[in-house]
Amino acid sequence: MIIELGHFALILALVLACVQTVVPLVGASRNWPGAMAAGGPAANGQFLCLAFAFAALTYGFVTSDFSLRLVTANSHTDKPLIYKITGVWGNHEGSMLLWCVILALYAAMAAVFGGNLRPSLRARVIGVQGAISVAFLSFLVFTSNPFSRLATPPMNGQDLNPLLQDPGLAFHPPFLYLGYVGLSMAFSFAVAALIEGRVDAAWGRWVRPWTLAAWLFLTVGIALGSWWAYYELGWGGFWFWDPVENASFMPWLISAALLHSAIVVEKREALKSWTILLAILAFGFSLIGAFIVRSGVLTSVHAFANDPERGVYLLMITGLFMGGALTLYAARAAVLEAKGVFALASREAALVANNVLLAVSAFVVFVGTVWPLVAEMAFDRKLSVGAPFFDAAFTPFMVALAMLLPLGSLMPWKRARMDRVMAPLWGALALSVALGALVWVLQTGGSMLAPIGAVLAAWVGLGVVADLWQRAGKGRDLSAKLRRLKGLPRADWGKSVAHAGFGVTLFGICALTAWQVEDIRVADVGDTYDVAGYTIALDEVRGGRGPNYQTTMASIEVSRGDRTIATLQPEKRFYPVAQMPTTEAAIDNGILRDIYVVIGDPQEDGGWAVRTYIKPFANWIWAGCIIMALGGCLSLSDRRHRVAAGAARAPAAGVPAE
Amino acid sequence: MKRLVVLVWLALMPPLPALAVQPDEVLENPALEARARELSKGLRCLVCRNENIDESNADLARDLRIAVRERLVAGDSDEEVIDYLVTRYGEYVLLKPTFRGANLVLWLAGPVMVLGGGLIAVSYLRRRRPEDAAPPEALSPEEQARLDALMGDNRRL
Repeated sequence: MIIELGHFALILALVLACVQTVVPLVGASRNWPGAMAAGGPAANGQFLCLAFAFAALTYGFVTSDFSLRLVTANSHTDKPLIYKITGVWGNHEGSMLLWCVILALYAAMAAVFGGNLRPSLRARVIGVQGAISVAFLSFLVFTSNPFSRLATPPMNGQDLNPLLQDPGLAFHPPFLYLGYVGLSMAFSFAVAALIEGRVDAAWGRWVRPWTLAAWLFLTVGIALGSWWAYYELGWGGFWFWDPVENASFMPWLISAALLHSAIVVEKREALKSWTILLAILAFGFSLIGAFIVRSGVLTSVHAFANDPERGVYLLMITGLFMGGALTLYAARAAVLEAKGVFALASREAALVANNVLLAVSAFVVFVGTVWPLVAEMAFDRKLSVGAPFFDAAFTPFMVALAMLLPLGSLMPWKRARMDRVMAPLWGALALSVALGALVWVLQTGGSMLAPIGAVLAAWVGLGVVADLWQRAGKGRDLSAKLRRLKGLPRADWGKSVAHAGFGVTLFGICALTAWQVEDIRVADVGDTYDVAGYTIALDEVRGGRGPNYQTTMASIEVSRGDRTIATLQPEKRFYPVAQMPTTEAAIDNGILRDIYVVIGDPQEDGGWAVRTYIKPFANWIWAGCIIMALGGCLSLSDRRHRVAAGAARAPAAGVPAE
Repeated sequence: MKRLVVLVWLALMPPLPALAVQPDEVLENPALEARARELSKGLRCLVCRNENIDESNADLARDLRIAVRERLVAGDSDEEVIDYLVTRYGEYVLLKPTFRGANLVLWLAGPVMVLGGGLIAVSYLRRRRPEDAAPPEALSPEEQARLDALMGDNRRL
């Protein structure tokens, strides 16, 4: 019964989405206040319906209702409860439902918090958001209905893919979707502004928090995915330039660009049409990402719903929204006239450079991702584009970005003088070059990657410090400086923290890539050997049983000198229902290094294949991502986003004359 | 005894795929092995999804890894090893596409886009320079009247 109600709520949500699209848009063009105001309740209603549908599907999973086709295909009674719940979005239909829930959530939030928007703009934003909901809900209802039943329910299910039964991956999709779908808000704002033909500072201020939220969720989602790949796949890589990873990385890059260009719109009323274009493209890349993941046109380790028919539908959605928005853009962009003037050396110009680098790097990733497809269709060449290409073609952009970052963040608006910008930075530059030289001397030979990474990371990090130090004002009074720092707007703190996080991630990637030590060998139980100064002892290998798997677990003691560092228990698991093995690496996490051990196969002439990795600074990669996301949170909590919410209402209440 | 239990346990379990590079594949000569690892990272496991042969668990990847090592032991240069594999498996085996033919588009896309984007950006920035920008428009009569009214209000306060 609950399932049927959920199914009904899903269909009702589609109907409400149609209302949410048509009524406010027509109302806004005819200037009917009642019709414009109808968008809000429709959006809220649609969200409530979808939330109920989602709860109903979750109920089906938790109670193992195997009459649901989806539950049979992706669940099992022995599965731990947490993975029964996360199994809801561990498949195509359920994840698409989650996508729609989040889409409706954003529309409802725009309806609830959008009180200070112009009524026509608010109606159009909600209307465009509704149109996206219509497209995805009809996709869900007509091609991939999560509520379809089986005529004869089996006794038990086929279990969730064991690789997905993991905390890191369980929460990776919801964050990613909050990010992907969050970009739909930027898109709706852009299209609404194009229809209105008006983009001003207020628009920039409005679109920024949504973009920021989407970007920070994407950051967390990508970091979770990468961290999962690191500890779960068993060889300690953290990024594979897989098409599906690229699908999440492209919107991240574009939204990072959008984040920066929206500042220029807000503060200086320039770069308007470029910002609109970025907002359209950012969501466009989200849609392309959904297409890549779900159509299976590009072979990927992730593809989990390879169905050409669904792919065609998603391609149609992408084409429709991108075609429509870009046509509108071509017709209306000229109306958006820029106001601010600025010199070639100015923060505006630095942000333009940031945008060129981020946007082009996103397009490089895009070209690399689709090239195998293009080459096969256009030139009849079957070829691969893998990590070596992306490392070579993408890295220079990040290097240039890191080089420019401290300069740009210290530049004043309108006109900068390079000598004044550099004045507080000379120290940072000297220190970071010295650090790079030190690293180069210490490692004696080896790749240049580590020294370059150290220089760039230190330059970015010390640049942040120099920026804050300068903002604290002149003078020697430390307490006054601290007071002034405390009084800085949260957005400024957010900027500093996020930039520092970028530096940390940069350093982690370079250090790990340059200094990783690997050891592969056959070890008998009782063997002891050294890897990079650590003593590894294989103490025991035993069999065992988990709730829904069998395991072979080794016990490995890691020590340095006389001191025992950790006893690690790497596992090999086998999930009988899914007929799938997984590797559970055991990791001793540290700030300076991870010790990462994997147990392999028993060898014919006795002993076990054991792999040991010493991974320096591995955790810095994800720590940096978390710091970046924290910076985003700080910036989101800035006063002006809240003040702006009250500012528009205040005049209506009348300003008392003093 | 414990060992026996484990062995029996394993015998009952279905066979597991091997993990990437196996100890028995590793070459004695560390220089050759390092070259083999480096080459392996650029070669695709043909039956896998976007994995290189160094990381893949597939049997074919193992065969390819061994083939690479055999060629290296036989004295081939890195290029000869790559050519050997490309003639057998096509350029699909290369994770780093060649610079030949249409692939130039792929490789030049980044530099060309940066140049183009940079040129557009610079021309935009030049137009926005204070000295080149149009002077601010004069106020229209209505705006002037409104301004006067507001200023008048202020003076009265």
